[in-house]
This record gives sequence, C-alpha cells and structure tokens, in this order.
Amino acid sequence: MAPLTASVLGNLVSPSYAFDDAITLILLLAATCFVLGLHLMNAPPTADTGNRLSALGMTVAVASTIALIAHDGTITTTGWLMLAVGGVLGSGIGLYLARSVEMTAMPQLVSLFNAVGGGAAALVAIADFVRLAGITHEPTIAARISVTSVLDVVIGAVTLSGSIVAAGKLQGMISSNPVVIPGGRYLNVVLGLGVCAGTGYILSGANSDLTLIGIAIASLVMGVIMVMPIGGADMPVVISLLNAFTGTAVAMAGFVINSLGLIIAGALVGASGSILTKLMADAMNRSILNIVAGGFGTGDTASVIGAGATGQVRSVGADDVAIQLAYAQKVIIVPGYGLAAAHAQHSVKELADLLEKRGVEVSYAIHPVAGRMPGHMNVLLAEAEVPYQELKTMEEINPEFPRADVALVIGANDVTNPAARRPGNAVSGMPILDVDKAKSIIVIKRSMGHGYAGIDNELYADPKTGMFFADAQVGLRAITAAVKTLVGVD
Amino acid sequence: MDTSLITDVTIFVLSLLVGFEVISKVPQTLHTPLMSAANSIHGVVIVGAFLIASTAHDAVGYVLAFIAAVFAGMNVVGGYTVTDRMLQMFQHRPAPAPKDASTDGSHS
Repeated sequence: MAPLTASVLGNLVSPSYAFDDAITLILLLAATCFVLGLHLMNAPPTADTGNRLSALGMTVAVASTIALIAHDGTITTTGWLMLAVGGVLGSGIGLYLARSVEMTAMPQLVSLFNAVGGGAAALVAIADFVRLAGITHEPTIAARISVTSVLDVVIGAVTLSGSIVAAGKLQGMISSNPVVIPGGRYLNVVLGLGVCAGTGYILSGANSDLTLIGIAIASLVMGVIMVMPIGGADMPVVISLLNAFTGTAVAMAGFVINSLGLIIAGALVGASGSILTKLMADAMNRSILNIVAGGFGTGDTASVIGAGATGQVRSVGADDVAIQLAYAQKVIIVPGYGLAAAHAQHSVKELADLLEKRGVEVSYAIHPVAGRMPGHMNVLLAEAEVPYQELKTMEEINPEFPRADVALVIGANDVTNPAARRPGNAVSGMPILDVDKAKSIIVIKRSMGHGYAGIDNELYADPKTGMFFADAQVGLRAITAAVKTLVGVD
Repeated sequence: MDTSLITDVTIFVLSLLVGFEVISKVPQTLHTPLMSAANSIHGVVIVGAFLIASTAHDAVGYVLAFIAAVFAGMNVVGGYTVTDRMLQMFQHRPAPAPKDASTDGSHS
C-alpha cells in the first residue's frame, strides 16, 4: 500500500472501499445522534435522554474508528499503547473532575474542556503536517491541507491558552480584574503578522513543520494576551466565544484529516458557541469586539457616574423583611452571582418553600448573565432542587414585576440598575430586570459596594427599597428563622 | 478545484445551519448544560487523535498522539459525565412521599 498521501483516513487510496464506506456511514450515524441529542435539549424533561443519545453516538464513532485503524493495519504497537494509556489517563482525569466539580465551578470546568478540545484539534493538525512534511517524495502539501492546518493550529492554540487563562480567572488563580498588558495590542498585531507571514511561507510550498510550530507558539501567546485584559463580568461572553472557537478548530481538524464526523460535530459546536456568544453580548448591551478589546471599567465611561444615586438608603432588619415576605401574595426572587458565591442556593430554596407553604406565589427572575456562564444560575438553583418551572427568563418575568408585592434581590447588582434605561453611564442600554417596578424591594447585600460596572445602583436609593446588609447565606437564614417565629410554621 | 474540499465545505456549512436551527430552540434554563453538551461533542476530536496515532512511526508522532489522546479523552468522558450530572438536576424528582407516610400514624 502506498503511503497515505492526502489524508490520514485515506478513504480514496485505501484498497478496500467497502469497509471505509461502511465506516463513513457509521460516522454519519454518530453525527445524527449528535444532532438529535441537541434537539432533545429543547426541553428539560428530555434533555438527559438527548445527552445520552449523543454519548451513544460518540461511543459508536470511537468504536468504528478503532475498527478502521485496526483494519488499516498501519498503526504500531507503540501507537496503540499511546492511545490506550493516553485515553485512559485523560478519561480518568475527566471523570474525576466531572464527578467532583461543584456547580459554582462549572464555568472553569467548561473552560478547561474547551482548552483541551482546542489543544487536541491543534495537535491533530500539527501531527498530520509533521508526518506529511516528513514524506520526502511528496513535493508540496496540498493547499487545502496546509490552509486548514494553519487555521486549525491558530484557532486551537488560541483556544487552549485563552481558555486556561479564563479558567484561571474564574478559579481566582489569576486576577479577575482586567489585566492590561503594556503594549499587548501591539504585540498581538506583530504576532498576527508573523502568523500571516508563516502561513505565506508554508503556502509557497515549503514543507516546514518548524514554521507551523512557530505559528502554534505565537497563537498560544495571542490567546493569553487576548483573555488577560477581559474582566470577570465578561466571562460568560468569553467562555461562549472560546466554545465557538473550539468547535471551529475541531471542524478544521476534520478538514485536515478529511473526517466528516469532525467537520459536522465541530460545526454544531461552532453554531452553539456563536448563538450563546451573541445572546450573552446582547444581554450586556456590548459588542463582542468591545469585550475582547477591554473590560468594564477600563473605558472612559466610569467618570460619568449617575447623579444623586448616593442619596439616603433605608436599612432594614430580618424581622421587617420576614413580615413583608410572609404577608405578600407574590414574591419574585432575583438571584445574582453573590448568591452562588455565598453558597446560599439551598437557603433561598428553604425560604421559598416556607413562603409557598403559606400560599405565597414565588418565582425567580433570571437575568441572562446571572452567574459566570450562560444559564449558570439555573443550574445552581436546579442543584438546590428549585423546580425549573419557577425559573423565569427576563422576558417572562419583567411584565410581572408590577404585580409583585416584594422583589427580593440577592447578590445581583448591575442587572437591576434602573440607570440602564438612561443614556450616558456604564450600564446604559443594558437590558435589566424591572425590579424597581415591584411594590416593595428588599436587597440583601453585604455592603454598598459597586458591581462590575463600577457605578452606584440607583435602585438602592429608591424609597421603596429596604437594604438588608448581610452575607446572602447568613441573611437568608435569619429571614427564614424570623418568618418561622412570626407565623409559627414548624 | 479539489472536489473533496468542496464536499467538506458544503457539509460544514450545512451542519452550521442545522446547528443554528436546533440550538436556537434550547431554552435559557438549559444553556449551561447545552454548552457542556456541545463541549462533549467536540470531544469527537478523539477520532482525530486515534487517526494520528495510526500513522505515527517516530517519537514526535507518538508524543503528539499521546497528548492528543489525553486531551480528547478528558474532553469526551468529562464532558458527557458532567452534562449528565447537571441534567439529572433538571429531572422531576418524585414528590416527597415519605413525609406523608410518616405522618399517617401520628395523626390518628
């Protein structure tokens, strides 16, 4: 058999078409499972079936690939050993992380999986390129291989290092504040030009694997420079964007090795990441370019602080709050990341149960960027066994605020600031929860500290607002205890 | 022009469109599991890791294949496991029946 010329799969040069065709059809079956799996995720009751269907597709894809390479017979014993040891080691780490991760740390884990996915995709292109460059009687590598290899390496490497930085920021190992690297933008331009030059050199017919590795290293540095200046509030957008990148990198790897499974799966992930990126950016009224160029507080809007927001605030105690809640008909809870940071999901659920037992209608208003990644708050509350039917999106809940007797804001800040409706400040134009339209507002907050936008929240100075200064966990427990004493529920 | 490239690009674009269509119907409640599920799906890059291992014949090739296998294995197994863990939280649990049972005797 001739050395595999164009692609590793080598469908067209392999002596047995029938076998390869069968494998291709099986991979199509796997891809179908992925699509149907994602389709089933359109409703919570069927979502877990969807994920398992997708996992089944993955198993089929892996099994058929093992059959293919065993049938091809080009793999060495060492090759098998690398796969077996590497696969088992990776799976073990993945399994451990997946089992042990706390729901609050989910964004870090997703970032980490983005990183390794992007990294693996880049490695596939590098390995294939090195192999092709090593085949001396191959005059030049076809442009369709070299172009997609470069794209794969660039996107994959940027995702690898960028996601690790994002995970580090989320984990608190790297400052979650925007870290401005002096001259970072210029360095990125220089690196970008270097990557272009390297690409040109490869396309000119030089089978230079060292150039590709240089491109990979430059891209790794670019990923770091890209994510370092992005602040914590923008993390939902960054994670989504890196997710889209990973998908694209995997699809490019599919082009390189001519694997339909990778192309289809990569495109699906690319689509998913893009949709979520757009939703997150819209929810903060920020353009993606603006976010990548620099975080909140680094712009010049910080000096235009809303007037009069530093007026008197009314401080309330647990007993006042308990009376209001216990005799309300409708309560809307507005959870923010502060709730999760204080691990108070279970406490809020306990309070809600108590109120519901008294016939109070309780629902939760979830802003799209509540938490550190898209939908994060929903998972945190689902973990505390809050029924998902009570979790309302911004569009669903906003018309209900005027009917609410009490809006209970816990650890949410910027997304409730009425200043967003006015032009000229850091949150202008950002879609907000209409908390200020509720008949009465309680805010549980540790201090008058600012949110990410760095401006005062005018909601706090509203005469209808009572500020309950406490840690979310401690405050909720105090309120729950006060409600119990007040109404004598056992 | 290379016909296989054309085919690949066609499939890529159509898959993107299918992805947009299917994923835009996923409710906000499930966006975290969705991203995690998408994460697991890009773990299909493990197929790529297998294929590069199948052609590796020197130290560089083996090392690259090994790292790719570790990365992809972590991605696939971890991704599906954690997604499933999250989605189980969205399943309806049976109503807390034991509570009723325990009060049966005491109220008589």
